[in-house]
Amino acid sequence: MSVKRDSFSVSITVGAYGSAFGAAAVAADFSVLQACLLSLLLFSGASQFAVVGVIAAGGTPLNAIATSTLLGTRNGLYGLRLAPILKLRGFKRVIAAQITIDESTGVALAQNDENEMRKGFWYTGIGVFVFWNLFTLAGALGAQAIGDPSAWGLDAAVPAAFLGLLWPRLADRKSWVLAGFAILLALTLTPFVPAGIPIISCTLLAIIIGWRR
Amino acid sequence: MSAFWIAVLGSSALAFLVKFLGASVPESFLSHPRILRINNLIPVALLTALIAVNTFADKTKLTLDNRALGMAAALALLIAKAPFPVVVVGAALTSALAYRLL
Repeated sequence: MSVKRDSFSVSITVGAYGSAFGAAAVAADFSVLQACLLSLLLFSGASQFAVVGVIAAGGTPLNAIATSTLLGTRNGLYGLRLAPILKLRGFKRVIAAQITIDESTGVALAQNDENEMRKGFWYTGIGVFVFWNLFTLAGALGAQAIGDPSAWGLDAAVPAAFLGLLWPRLADRKSWVLAGFAILLALTLTPFVPAGIPIISCTLLAIIIGWRR
Repeated sequence: MSAFWIAVLGSSALAFLVKFLGASVPESFLSHPRILRINNLIPVALLTALIAVNTFADKTKLTLDNRALGMAAALALLIAKAPFPVVVVGAALTSALAYRLL
């Protein structure tokens, strides 16, 4: 197995999905520039969709920031896991931090020795970054060209994207139970509290269910 | 500054901070099993809530519309092990069709 080939195939498949993000962002009234900046600066799929999803649901910017940041905490733990392997300092550490995401970490940790791990991290991180940003621009321009988002089903593309991201995480019974309660809590709260609050409230469920083994 | 810009720049700044701090703190600080467990569950909770709200709510009103049909299609495609882009496009096409017919 070549780490280069692994990295490339992950980069192109995941990157292509950036077009769904670009389209969803523009459908939720973000500008093409804002959609592209989210992909360049935030660069973490689930968190980017969360910013768009919370604002589309009528939530406040603070709410969008909090939800997106909570979704991004796993990147911090990836960094923790990768630091002793990458052994970086200064500017390189800044670049590495920006491309520390699910895919770069996944490909890196799948390799057998540290040298291959480092290659996997850099190839995949940079590869996904390049394709994700190019496809974001394409998706955003495409959505801008077609007008009414509902007529093209773009309003369903956002939750479908979340479902696609959630699916592989539903690996054990605990996750299914948590997902069930999260649907109940979010929808029960919706009519009674400002938009956005029902989403972030579900963090509490994760803490309660994760507290005990 | 508009709500959109605050959301874009604020979330980007914090996302980078989280990534950078993770690579900088001593390992023992965050590797408690309870923290790791909760951290693995947070995305499940938030993604599920985002799905629920983006499918069945319009601001603070509960609704049932074309998006629900799109999501049913997405679910069916995932169960059939369809690849990611097919799931998103399938949901969009179904929802668009329902929007035109309903």
